Amino acid sequence: MSDIEISEVFRKRDVASEGRVARIALISLAAIFLLGFLFLPLIVVIVEGFRHGPAEFLEALADPDAVAAIKLTLLVAAIAVPFNAVVGVAAAWAIAKFNFRGKNLLLTLIDLPFSVSPVISGLVYVLLFGAQSWLGPWLKANHLEIIFAVPGIILATIFVTFPFVARELIPLMQSQGTSEEEASLTLGASGWYTFFNVTLPNIKWALLYGVLLCNARAMGEFGAVSVVSGHIRGLTNTMPLHIEILYNEFNFAAAFAVATLLAGLALLTLILKSALEWHYADSLAAAQQH
Amino acid sequence: MALLLPRLREPSVIPGFGLALGFTVAALSLIVLIPLSALVLRAASIGPIGFWAIASDPRTLAALRLSFGAAFIAAAINTVFGLLLSWVLVRYRFPGRRFIDAAVDLPFALPTAVAGIAMAAVYAPNGWIGSIADKLGFKIAFTPVGVVLALVFIGLPFVVRTVQPVLEEVEREIEEVSALLGASRLRTVFKVVLPQIYPALLTGATLAFARGIGEYGSVIFIAGNIPMVSEIAPLLIVIKLEEFDYQGATVIALLMLVISFALLMVINLFQAWSRRRLGDV
Repeated sequence: MSDIEISEVFRKRDVASEGRVARIALISLAAIFLLGFLFLPLIVVIVEGFRHGPAEFLEALADPDAVAAIKLTLLVAAIAVPFNAVVGVAAAWAIAKFNFRGKNLLLTLIDLPFSVSPVISGLVYVLLFGAQSWLGPWLKANHLEIIFAVPGIILATIFVTFPFVARELIPLMQSQGTSEEEASLTLGASGWYTFFNVTLPNIKWALLYGVLLCNARAMGEFGAVSVVSGHIRGLTNTMPLHIEILYNEFNFAAAFAVATLLAGLALLTLILKSALEWHYADSLAAAQQH
Repeated sequence: MALLLPRLREPSVIPGFGLALGFTVAALSLIVLIPLSALVLRAASIGPIGFWAIASDPRTLAALRLSFGAAFIAAAINTVFGLLLSWVLVRYRFPGRRFIDAAVDLPFALPTAVAGIAMAAVYAPNGWIGSIADKLGFKIAFTPVGVVLALVFIGLPFVVRTVQPVLEEVEREIEEVSALLGASRLRTVFKVVLPQIYPALLTGATLAFARGIGEYGSVIFIAGNIPMVSEIAPLLIVIKLEEFDYQGATVIALLMLVISFALLMVINLFQAWSRRRLGDV
Protein backbone atom coordinates (compact mmCIF):
# COMPACT_ATOMS: atom_id res chain seq x y z
CA MET A 1 0.00 0.00 0.00
CA SER A 2 1.25 3.46 -0.80
CA ASP A 3 1.10 6.33 1.65
CA ILE A 4 -1.98 7.79 0.02
CA GLU A 5 -3.94 4.58 0.39
CA ILE A 6 -3.06 4.30 4.09
CA SER A 7 -4.24 7.83 4.78
CA GLU A 8 -7.50 7.07 2.99
CA VAL A 9 -8.08 4.07 5.21
CA PHE A 10 -7.71 6.37 8.22
CA ARG A 11 -10.04 8.93 6.77
CA LYS A 12 -12.82 6.38 6.51
CA ARG A 13 -12.69 5.45 10.14
CA ASP A 14 -10.91 7.71 12.64
CA VAL A 15 -9.35 5.26 15.09
CA ALA A 16 -8.86 8.01 17.63
CA SER A 17 -12.54 8.67 18.14
CA GLU A 18 -15.75 6.96 19.11
CA GLY A 19 -18.22 5.34 16.75
CA ARG A 20 -21.16 7.28 15.35
CA VAL A 21 -23.70 5.76 17.76
CA ALA A 22 -21.56 6.48 20.81
CA ARG A 23 -21.04 10.07 19.68
CA ILE A 24 -24.73 10.74 19.21
CA ALA A 25 -25.55 9.08 22.54
CA LEU A 26 -22.98 11.20 24.43
CA ILE A 27 -24.06 14.44 22.74
CA SER A 28 -27.73 13.68 23.48
CA LEU A 29 -26.96 12.87 27.12
CA ALA A 30 -25.06 16.16 27.51
CA ALA A 31 -27.85 18.10 25.79
CA ILE A 32 -30.58 16.53 27.95
CA PHE A 33 -28.59 17.23 31.12
CA LEU A 34 -28.08 20.86 30.14
CA LEU A 35 -31.67 21.35 29.05
CA GLY A 36 -33.20 19.77 32.13
CA PHE A 37 -30.76 21.16 34.56
CA LEU A 38 -29.32 24.49 33.43
CA PHE A 39 -32.01 25.86 31.15
CA LEU A 40 -35.12 24.77 33.01
CA PRO A 41 -34.59 27.14 35.97
CA LEU A 42 -33.94 30.02 33.56
CA ILE A 43 -37.06 29.24 31.54
CA VAL A 44 -39.11 29.00 34.74
CA VAL A 45 -37.96 32.48 35.84
CA ILE A 46 -38.98 34.07 32.55
CA VAL A 47 -42.30 32.18 32.31
CA GLU A 48 -43.24 33.02 35.91
CA GLY A 49 -42.09 36.63 35.46
CA PHE A 50 -44.45 37.18 32.54
CA ARG A 51 -47.22 34.84 33.69
CA HIS A 52 -49.62 37.68 34.47
CA GLY A 53 -48.78 39.64 31.35
CA PRO A 54 -46.40 42.50 30.61
CA ALA A 55 -48.54 45.08 32.47
CA GLU A 56 -48.13 43.34 35.81
CA PHE A 57 -44.46 42.74 35.04
CA LEU A 58 -43.85 46.46 34.54
CA GLU A 59 -45.97 47.30 37.57
CA ALA A 60 -43.76 45.11 39.77
CA LEU A 61 -40.68 46.91 38.48
CA ALA A 62 -42.22 50.37 38.89
CA ASP A 63 -42.97 49.74 42.57
CA PRO A 64 -41.05 52.38 44.62
CA ASP A 65 -39.25 49.69 46.66
CA ALA A 66 -38.21 47.90 43.46
CA VAL A 67 -36.97 51.16 41.93
CA ALA A 68 -34.97 51.90 45.10
CA ALA A 69 -33.50 48.37 44.98
CA ILE A 70 -32.50 48.77 41.32
CA LYS A 71 -30.88 52.13 42.05
CA LEU A 72 -28.96 50.76 45.03
CA THR A 73 -27.73 47.77 43.02
CA LEU A 74 -26.46 50.09 40.29
CA LEU A 75 -24.79 52.38 42.86
CA VAL A 76 -23.03 49.48 44.60
CA ALA A 77 -21.76 48.08 41.29
CA ALA A 78 -20.68 51.57 40.16
CA ILE A 79 -18.36 51.81 43.18
CA ALA A 80 -17.27 48.20 43.70
CA VAL A 81 -16.44 47.35 40.07
CA PRO A 82 -14.13 50.33 39.28
CA PHE A 83 -12.41 49.87 42.65
CA ASN A 84 -11.70 46.20 41.95
CA ALA A 85 -10.64 47.02 38.38
CA VAL A 86 -7.98 49.44 39.66
CA VAL A 87 -6.81 46.98 42.33
CA GLY A 88 -6.77 44.20 39.74
CA VAL A 89 -4.57 46.21 37.37
CA ALA A 90 -2.23 47.23 40.21
CA ALA A 91 -1.97 43.65 41.48
CA ALA A 92 -1.34 42.30 37.98
CA TRP A 93 1.31 44.97 37.32
CA ALA A 94 3.20 44.10 40.52
CA ILE A 95 2.86 40.32 40.12
CA ALA A 96 3.34 39.95 36.37
CA LYS A 97 6.06 42.54 35.70
CA PHE A 98 8.31 41.94 38.72
CA ASN A 99 9.90 39.09 40.61
CA PHE A 100 9.80 39.50 44.34
CA ARG A 101 9.64 37.48 47.52
CA GLY A 102 6.21 36.50 48.74
CA LYS A 103 4.68 36.60 45.25
CA ASN A 104 2.95 33.23 45.62
CA LEU A 105 1.63 34.19 49.04
CA LEU A 106 0.18 37.38 47.55
CA LEU A 107 -1.46 35.36 44.75
CA THR A 108 -3.02 33.00 47.28
CA LEU A 109 -4.29 35.87 49.43
CA ILE A 110 -5.86 37.63 46.42
CA ASP A 111 -7.79 34.42 45.65
CA LEU A 112 -8.87 34.02 49.27
CA PRO A 113 -12.37 35.57 48.87
CA PHE A 114 -13.22 32.77 46.39
CA SER A 115 -12.92 30.14 49.10
CA VAL A 116 -14.79 32.07 51.80
CA SER A 117 -18.55 31.60 52.05
CA PRO A 118 -20.43 34.78 51.06
CA VAL A 119 -22.20 34.67 54.40
CA ILE A 120 -18.85 34.72 56.20
CA SER A 121 -17.72 37.60 53.96
CA GLY A 122 -20.63 39.60 55.34
CA LEU A 123 -20.17 38.33 58.89
CA VAL A 124 -16.57 39.60 59.15
CA TYR A 125 -17.77 43.17 58.53
CA VAL A 126 -20.52 42.81 61.12
CA LEU A 127 -17.89 41.65 63.62
CA LEU A 128 -15.61 44.56 62.65
CA PHE A 129 -18.10 47.43 62.42
CA GLY A 130 -21.32 46.17 64.07
CA ALA A 131 -22.87 47.66 67.20
CA GLN A 132 -21.27 44.97 69.43
CA SER A 133 -17.78 45.30 67.88
CA TRP A 134 -14.78 47.11 69.34
CA LEU A 135 -15.26 49.87 66.78
CA GLY A 136 -19.04 49.93 67.30
CA PRO A 137 -19.29 52.51 70.13
CA TRP A 138 -16.83 54.85 68.43
CA LEU A 139 -18.69 54.64 65.11
CA LYS A 140 -21.95 55.33 66.90
CA ALA A 141 -20.51 58.35 68.73
CA ASN A 142 -19.40 59.80 65.40
CA HIS A 143 -22.68 58.93 63.65
CA LEU A 144 -20.96 56.70 61.13
CA GLU A 145 -23.23 53.94 59.88
CA ILE A 146 -21.57 51.05 58.11
CA ILE A 147 -23.53 47.95 59.05
CA PHE A 148 -27.22 47.93 58.06
CA ALA A 149 -26.32 50.81 55.72
CA VAL A 150 -24.98 51.34 52.21
CA PRO A 151 -21.21 51.45 53.09
CA GLY A 152 -21.42 47.92 54.52
CA ILE A 153 -23.13 46.65 51.37
CA ILE A 154 -20.41 48.21 49.23
CA LEU A 155 -17.60 46.77 51.40
CA ALA A 156 -19.11 43.27 51.37
CA THR A 157 -19.55 43.45 47.58
CA ILE A 158 -15.93 44.54 47.10
CA PHE A 159 -14.79 41.64 49.29
CA VAL A 160 -16.72 39.05 47.31
CA THR A 161 -15.66 40.38 43.88
CA PHE A 162 -12.07 41.21 44.88
CA PRO A 163 -10.25 38.54 42.78
CA PHE A 164 -12.24 38.75 39.53
CA VAL A 165 -10.23 41.33 37.54
CA ALA A 166 -6.84 40.36 38.96
CA ARG A 167 -7.44 36.69 38.06
CA GLU A 168 -8.07 37.55 34.40
CA LEU A 169 -5.13 39.94 34.08
CA ILE A 170 -2.32 38.16 35.96
CA PRO A 171 -1.89 35.10 33.65
CA LEU A 172 -2.22 37.24 30.52
CA MET A 173 0.30 39.87 31.65
CA GLN A 174 2.68 37.14 32.80
CA SER A 175 2.59 35.55 29.35
CA GLN A 176 3.15 38.96 27.70
CA GLY A 177 6.36 39.58 29.64
CA THR A 178 8.07 42.95 29.96
CA SER A 179 9.92 43.46 26.64
CA GLU A 180 7.43 45.92 25.12
CA GLU A 181 7.43 48.08 28.25
CA GLU A 182 11.23 47.95 28.38
CA ALA A 183 11.44 49.10 24.75
CA SER A 184 9.07 51.99 25.43
CA LEU A 185 11.00 53.05 28.53
CA THR A 186 14.42 52.89 26.84
CA LEU A 187 13.05 55.07 24.04
CA GLY A 188 12.35 57.71 26.68
CA ALA A 189 8.67 57.31 27.48
CA SER A 190 7.58 57.89 31.06
CA GLY A 191 6.15 55.12 33.23
CA TRP A 192 2.55 56.34 33.02
CA TYR A 193 2.85 56.99 29.27
CA THR A 194 4.13 53.44 28.83
CA PHE A 195 1.28 52.04 30.90
CA PHE A 196 -1.47 53.86 29.01
CA ASN A 197 -0.02 53.48 25.51
CA VAL A 198 1.77 50.12 25.63
CA THR A 199 0.38 47.97 28.44
CA LEU A 200 -3.27 49.01 28.47
CA PRO A 201 -3.90 48.36 24.76
CA ASN A 202 -2.43 44.87 25.27
CA ILE A 203 -4.72 44.00 28.14
CA LYS A 204 -7.88 45.97 27.35
CA TRP A 205 -10.01 43.01 26.26
CA ALA A 206 -8.98 40.86 29.21
CA LEU A 207 -9.67 43.85 31.49
CA LEU A 208 -13.12 44.24 29.98
CA TYR A 209 -13.70 40.51 30.42
CA GLY A 210 -12.76 40.69 34.09
CA VAL A 211 -14.92 43.78 34.62
CA LEU A 212 -17.86 42.00 33.00
CA LEU A 213 -17.62 39.00 35.34
CA CYS A 214 -16.97 41.26 38.33
CA ASN A 215 -20.05 43.33 37.49
CA ALA A 216 -22.31 40.29 37.11
CA ARG A 217 -21.29 39.04 40.54
CA ALA A 218 -21.47 42.51 42.13
CA MET A 219 -25.03 43.07 40.93
CA GLY A 220 -26.14 39.56 41.81
CA GLU A 221 -24.40 39.11 45.17
CA PHE A 222 -26.82 37.85 47.78
CA GLY A 223 -25.31 36.09 50.81
CA ALA A 224 -22.71 38.67 51.84
CA VAL A 225 -25.00 41.62 51.20
CA SER A 226 -27.88 39.91 53.01
CA VAL A 227 -25.86 39.72 56.24
CA VAL A 228 -24.78 43.39 56.32
CA SER A 229 -27.86 45.01 54.81
CA GLY A 230 -30.45 44.77 57.57
CA HIS A 231 -33.16 44.52 54.89
CA ILE A 232 -34.55 48.03 55.25
CA ARG A 233 -37.03 48.44 52.42
CA GLY A 234 -36.31 51.30 50.08
CA LEU A 235 -32.98 52.00 51.80
CA THR A 236 -30.68 48.98 52.06
CA ASN A 237 -32.33 46.46 49.77
CA THR A 238 -30.49 45.49 46.63
CA MET A 239 -32.31 43.66 43.83
CA PRO A 240 -31.44 40.12 45.02
CA LEU A 241 -32.57 41.02 48.56
CA HIS A 242 -35.77 42.54 47.21
CA ILE A 243 -36.46 39.25 45.41
CA GLU A 244 -36.04 37.34 48.68
CA ILE A 245 -38.46 39.63 50.55
CA LEU A 246 -41.11 39.41 47.83
CA TYR A 247 -40.71 35.64 47.67
CA ASN A 248 -41.03 35.21 51.43
CA GLU A 249 -44.18 37.35 51.33
CA PHE A 250 -45.60 34.90 48.75
CA ASN A 251 -45.68 37.72 46.21
CA PHE A 252 -44.31 35.33 43.59
CA ALA A 253 -45.36 37.34 40.53
CA ALA A 254 -43.37 40.40 41.64
CA ALA A 255 -40.43 38.27 42.85
CA PHE A 256 -40.14 36.58 39.46
CA ALA A 257 -40.55 39.90 37.64
CA VAL A 258 -37.51 41.36 39.43
CA ALA A 259 -35.72 38.01 38.97
CA THR A 260 -36.39 38.23 35.22
CA LEU A 261 -34.56 41.55 35.16
CA LEU A 262 -31.52 39.98 36.84
CA ALA A 263 -31.76 36.93 34.56
CA GLY A 264 -31.67 39.37 31.64
CA LEU A 265 -28.48 40.84 33.08
CA ALA A 266 -27.02 37.33 33.31
CA LEU A 267 -27.92 36.57 29.68
CA LEU A 268 -26.44 39.88 28.52
CA THR A 269 -23.26 39.07 30.46
CA LEU A 270 -23.04 35.64 28.80
CA ILE A 271 -23.59 37.09 25.32
CA LEU A 272 -20.94 39.81 25.78
CA LYS A 273 -18.56 37.29 27.34
CA SER A 274 -18.97 34.87 24.43
CA ALA A 275 -18.56 37.71 21.92
CA LEU A 276 -15.28 38.69 23.61
CA GLU A 277 -14.12 35.07 23.63
CA TRP A 278 -14.88 34.57 19.94
CA HIS A 279 -13.49 37.83 18.60
CA TYR A 280 -10.53 38.36 20.86
CA ALA A 281 -9.56 34.79 21.71
CA ASP A 282 -5.87 35.60 21.24
CA SER A 283 -5.85 38.59 23.56
CA LEU A 284 -7.63 36.55 26.22
CA ALA A 285 -5.75 33.30 25.60
CA ALA A 286 -3.62 33.20 28.73
CA ALA A 287 -6.56 34.18 30.87
CA GLN A 288 -8.61 31.20 29.73
CA GLN A 289 -6.52 28.67 31.58
CA HIS A 290 -8.53 28.63 34.78
CA MET B 1 24.90 48.72 52.74
CA ALA B 2 22.06 48.07 50.34
CA LEU B 3 24.02 45.18 48.88
CA LEU B 4 24.25 43.49 52.23
CA LEU B 5 20.51 43.34 52.66
CA PRO B 6 18.79 40.30 51.13
CA ARG B 7 17.15 41.34 47.88
CA LEU B 8 13.40 41.49 48.16
CA ARG B 9 12.98 41.76 44.41
CA GLU B 10 15.03 41.32 41.30
CA PRO B 11 16.18 44.59 39.73
CA SER B 12 14.11 45.85 36.79
CA VAL B 13 13.92 48.97 34.63
CA ILE B 14 10.13 48.97 34.86
CA PRO B 15 8.79 51.58 37.27
CA GLY B 16 5.82 51.54 39.58
CA PHE B 17 6.63 48.48 41.67
CA GLY B 18 6.28 50.30 44.98
CA LEU B 19 3.05 52.04 43.97
CA ALA B 20 1.38 48.94 42.47
CA LEU B 21 2.41 46.58 45.27
CA GLY B 22 1.68 49.14 47.98
CA PHE B 23 -1.80 49.82 46.65
CA THR B 24 -2.55 46.12 46.20
CA VAL B 25 -1.38 45.18 49.69
CA ALA B 26 -3.23 48.13 51.26
CA ALA B 27 -6.50 47.24 49.53
CA LEU B 28 -6.07 43.54 50.28
CA SER B 29 -5.42 44.26 53.96
CA LEU B 30 -8.30 46.68 54.41
CA ILE B 31 -10.89 44.69 52.47
CA VAL B 32 -9.92 41.07 53.11
CA LEU B 33 -7.20 40.43 55.67
CA ILE B 34 -8.16 42.75 58.55
CA PRO B 35 -11.87 41.78 58.46
CA LEU B 36 -10.95 38.08 58.34
CA SER B 37 -8.57 38.45 61.27
CA ALA B 38 -11.39 40.16 63.18
CA LEU B 39 -13.25 36.86 62.86
CA VAL B 40 -10.29 34.87 64.22
CA LEU B 41 -9.69 37.33 67.10
CA ARG B 42 -13.34 37.33 67.98
CA ALA B 43 -13.40 33.52 68.07
CA ALA B 44 -10.24 33.49 70.20
CA SER B 45 -11.88 35.79 72.75
CA ILE B 46 -14.70 33.31 73.32
CA GLY B 47 -12.49 30.82 75.16
CA PRO B 48 -12.22 27.06 74.70
CA ILE B 49 -15.21 26.09 76.87
CA GLY B 50 -17.67 28.40 75.13
CA PHE B 51 -16.20 27.48 71.76
CA TRP B 52 -16.62 23.76 72.43
CA ALA B 53 -20.18 24.23 73.67
CA ILE B 54 -21.21 25.86 70.37
CA ALA B 55 -19.08 23.55 68.20
CA SER B 56 -20.48 20.37 69.75
CA ASP B 57 -24.11 21.53 69.63
CA PRO B 58 -26.06 18.88 67.64
CA ARG B 59 -27.64 21.57 65.45
CA THR B 60 -24.19 22.96 64.54
CA LEU B 61 -22.87 19.50 63.76
CA ALA B 62 -25.92 18.62 61.64
CA ALA B 63 -25.57 21.85 59.63
CA LEU B 64 -21.85 21.33 59.06
CA ARG B 65 -22.40 17.68 58.10
CA LEU B 66 -25.07 18.71 55.58
CA SER B 67 -23.00 21.52 54.04
CA PHE B 68 -19.87 19.42 53.63
CA GLY B 69 -21.71 16.20 52.72
CA ALA B 70 -24.00 17.78 50.13
CA ALA B 71 -21.08 19.74 48.63
CA PHE B 72 -19.10 16.49 48.36
CA ILE B 73 -21.92 14.55 46.66
CA ALA B 74 -22.62 17.48 44.31
CA ALA B 75 -18.92 17.68 43.41
CA ALA B 76 -18.90 13.93 42.66
CA ILE B 77 -21.96 14.28 40.38
CA ASN B 78 -20.36 17.29 38.70
CA THR B 79 -17.17 15.32 38.10
CA VAL B 80 -19.13 12.83 35.97
CA PHE B 81 -21.31 15.31 34.09
CA GLY B 82 -18.58 17.93 33.86
CA LEU B 83 -16.30 15.39 32.23
CA LEU B 84 -19.08 14.34 29.85
CA LEU B 85 -19.77 17.96 28.84
CA SER B 86 -16.08 18.80 28.39
CA TRP B 87 -15.61 15.68 26.28
CA VAL B 88 -18.57 16.47 24.04
CA LEU B 89 -17.54 20.12 23.68
CA VAL B 90 -13.88 19.41 22.91
CA ARG B 91 -14.08 16.24 20.81
CA TYR B 92 -17.26 16.56 18.75
CA ARG B 93 -18.47 19.10 16.21
CA PHE B 94 -22.25 19.42 16.08
CA PRO B 95 -24.81 22.17 15.51
CA GLY B 96 -25.33 24.27 18.64
CA ARG B 97 -21.93 23.44 20.12
CA ARG B 98 -20.93 27.08 20.58
CA PHE B 99 -24.30 27.81 22.15
CA ILE B 100 -23.89 24.99 24.67
CA ASP B 101 -20.31 26.08 25.32
CA ALA B 102 -21.50 29.58 26.21
CA ALA B 103 -24.47 28.29 28.23
CA VAL B 104 -22.24 26.26 30.56
CA ASP B 105 -21.32 29.54 32.29
CA LEU B 106 -24.96 30.33 33.11
CA PRO B 107 -24.59 29.38 36.81
CA PHE B 108 -21.63 31.80 37.03
CA ALA B 109 -23.65 34.63 35.57
CA LEU B 110 -27.06 34.00 37.12
CA PRO B 111 -27.41 35.68 40.53
CA THR B 112 -27.74 33.01 43.23
CA ALA B 113 -31.04 34.36 44.56
CA VAL B 114 -32.55 34.05 41.08
CA ALA B 115 -31.19 30.52 40.71
CA GLY B 116 -32.58 29.78 44.17
CA ILE B 117 -36.19 30.79 43.55
CA ALA B 118 -36.06 29.19 40.11
CA MET B 119 -34.84 25.85 41.52
CA ALA B 120 -37.56 26.06 44.17
CA ALA B 121 -40.18 26.69 41.47
CA VAL B 122 -38.96 23.69 39.45
CA TYR B 123 -38.57 21.20 42.29
CA ALA B 124 -41.20 22.27 44.85
CA PRO B 125 -44.06 19.73 45.29
CA ASN B 126 -46.24 21.90 43.01
CA GLY B 127 -43.40 22.73 40.61
CA TRP B 128 -42.69 21.49 37.09
CA ILE B 129 -40.52 18.54 38.06
CA GLY B 130 -41.39 18.47 41.75
CA SER B 131 -45.02 17.57 41.02
CA ILE B 132 -43.95 14.59 38.91
CA ALA B 133 -41.58 13.44 41.65
CA ASP B 134 -44.35 13.95 44.20
CA LYS B 135 -46.67 11.61 42.28
CA LEU B 136 -43.91 9.03 42.14
CA GLY B 137 -43.69 9.30 45.91
CA PHE B 138 -40.46 11.15 46.66
CA LYS B 139 -39.68 14.69 47.65
CA ILE B 140 -36.87 16.83 46.28
CA ALA B 141 -37.46 20.29 47.72
CA PHE B 142 -37.17 20.75 51.49
CA THR B 143 -34.87 17.70 51.77
CA PRO B 144 -31.07 17.24 51.50
CA VAL B 145 -31.70 16.07 47.90
CA GLY B 146 -32.79 19.62 47.05
CA VAL B 147 -29.60 20.99 48.60
CA VAL B 148 -27.49 18.64 46.46
CA LEU B 149 -29.39 19.62 43.29
CA ALA B 150 -28.81 23.33 43.92
CA LEU B 151 -25.10 22.67 44.50
CA VAL B 152 -24.82 20.61 41.29
CA PHE B 153 -26.25 23.59 39.40
CA ILE B 154 -23.79 26.01 41.02
CA GLY B 155 -20.70 23.80 40.66
CA LEU B 156 -20.98 22.49 37.09
CA PRO B 157 -19.03 25.28 35.31
CA PHE B 158 -16.05 24.86 37.65
CA VAL B 159 -15.42 21.29 36.43
CA VAL B 160 -16.08 22.01 32.74
CA ARG B 161 -13.93 25.15 32.63
CA THR B 162 -11.02 23.41 34.37
CA VAL B 163 -11.09 20.18 32.34
CA GLN B 164 -11.86 21.68 28.90
CA PRO B 165 -8.51 23.44 28.22
CA VAL B 166 -6.51 20.42 29.43
CA LEU B 167 -8.52 18.02 27.28
CA GLU B 168 -7.86 20.26 24.28
CA GLU B 169 -4.11 19.85 24.83
CA VAL B 170 -4.20 16.04 24.85
CA GLU B 171 -2.26 14.71 21.85
CA ARG B 172 -4.45 12.68 19.48
CA GLU B 173 -1.44 10.78 18.09
CA ILE B 174 -1.11 8.82 21.34
CA GLU B 175 -4.68 7.59 20.95
CA GLU B 176 -3.96 6.50 17.37
CA VAL B 177 -0.92 4.59 18.59
CA SER B 178 -2.99 2.94 21.31
CA ALA B 179 -5.66 1.94 18.76
CA LEU B 180 -3.09 0.64 16.28
CA LEU B 181 -1.49 -1.44 19.01
CA GLY B 182 -4.83 -3.16 19.39
CA ALA B 183 -6.48 -1.48 22.35
CA SER B 184 -10.25 -1.10 22.19
CA ARG B 185 -11.66 2.42 22.17
CA LEU B 186 -12.91 2.14 25.77
CA ARG B 187 -9.53 0.89 26.92
CA THR B 188 -7.80 3.75 25.09
CA VAL B 189 -10.11 6.32 26.68
CA PHE B 190 -9.76 4.97 30.21
CA LYS B 191 -6.08 3.98 30.12
CA VAL B 192 -4.59 6.62 27.82
CA VAL B 193 -6.74 9.75 27.68
CA LEU B 194 -8.38 10.06 31.07
CA PRO B 195 -5.21 9.60 33.16
CA GLN B 196 -3.88 12.76 31.49
CA ILE B 197 -6.81 14.83 32.70
CA TYR B 198 -7.28 13.37 36.20
CA PRO B 199 -5.36 16.24 37.88
CA ALA B 200 -7.55 18.85 36.12
CA LEU B 201 -10.67 16.85 36.97
CA LEU B 202 -9.67 16.75 40.63
CA THR B 203 -8.92 20.50 40.60
CA GLY B 204 -12.30 21.24 39.04
CA ALA B 205 -14.12 19.00 41.51
CA THR B 206 -12.25 20.69 44.37
CA LEU B 207 -13.31 24.15 43.17
CA ALA B 208 -16.92 23.00 42.88
CA PHE B 209 -16.70 21.41 46.35
CA ALA B 210 -15.24 24.59 47.90
CA ARG B 211 -17.93 26.72 46.31
CA GLY B 212 -20.65 24.31 47.43
CA ILE B 213 -19.60 24.34 51.10
CA GLY B 214 -20.22 28.07 51.42
CA GLU B 215 -23.12 28.43 48.97
CA TYR B 216 -26.13 30.23 50.38
CA GLY B 217 -28.43 32.02 47.93
CA SER B 218 -29.23 29.18 45.57
CA VAL B 219 -29.79 26.69 48.42
CA ILE B 220 -31.99 28.40 51.01
CA PHE B 221 -35.13 28.62 48.88
CA ILE B 222 -35.18 24.96 47.86
CA ALA B 223 -33.85 23.56 51.16
CA GLY B 224 -36.84 24.48 53.31
CA ASN B 225 -34.36 25.04 56.14
CA ILE B 226 -35.65 22.47 58.61
CA PRO B 227 -33.24 22.40 61.59
CA MET B 228 -31.25 19.13 61.80
CA VAL B 229 -32.57 18.04 58.37
CA SER B 230 -32.05 20.59 55.61
CA GLU B 231 -30.40 23.53 57.37
CA ILE B 232 -27.00 24.38 55.84
CA ALA B 233 -24.15 25.90 57.87
CA PRO B 234 -24.18 29.35 56.19
CA LEU B 235 -27.90 29.61 56.96
CA LEU B 236 -27.27 28.70 60.60
CA ILE B 237 -24.76 31.58 60.74
CA VAL B 238 -27.43 33.96 59.43
CA ILE B 239 -29.97 32.63 61.96
CA LYS B 240 -27.48 33.09 64.83
CA LEU B 241 -26.84 36.66 63.66
CA GLU B 242 -30.56 37.42 63.53
CA GLU B 243 -30.79 36.17 67.13
CA PHE B 244 -27.85 38.49 67.98
CA ASP B 245 -25.84 35.40 68.93
CA TYR B 246 -22.57 36.77 67.54
CA GLN B 247 -20.47 34.16 69.35
CA GLY B 248 -22.43 31.32 67.80
CA ALA B 249 -22.12 32.83 64.32
CA THR B 250 -18.38 33.40 64.82
CA VAL B 251 -17.66 29.85 65.99
CA ILE B 252 -19.60 28.21 63.12
CA ALA B 253 -17.93 30.52 60.59
CA LEU B 254 -14.46 29.73 61.93
CA LEU B 255 -15.19 25.98 61.94
CA MET B 256 -16.33 26.19 58.30
CA LEU B 257 -13.19 28.09 57.27
CA VAL B 258 -10.81 25.81 59.17
CA ILE B 259 -12.38 22.58 57.92
CA SER B 260 -12.56 23.74 54.31
CA PHE B 261 -8.96 25.06 54.30
CA ALA B 262 -7.75 21.80 55.87
CA LEU B 263 -9.60 19.76 53.22
CA LEU B 264 -8.28 21.96 50.39
CA MET B 265 -4.75 21.53 51.74
CA VAL B 266 -5.10 17.74 51.88
CA ILE B 267 -6.39 17.70 48.28
CA ASN B 268 -3.51 19.93 47.14
CA LEU B 269 -0.97 17.70 48.89
CA PHE B 270 -2.55 14.64 47.26
CA GLN B 271 -2.30 16.39 43.88
CA ALA B 272 1.39 17.18 44.44
CA TRP B 273 2.06 13.62 45.64
CA SER B 274 0.34 11.96 42.68
CA ARG B 275 2.10 14.32 40.25
CA ARG B 276 5.45 13.30 41.70
CA ARG B 277 4.51 9.62 41.60
CA LEU B 278 3.15 9.61 38.05
CA GLY B 279 5.60 12.13 36.67
CA ASP B 280 4.49 15.52 35.45
CA VAL B 281 1.28 14.92 33.52
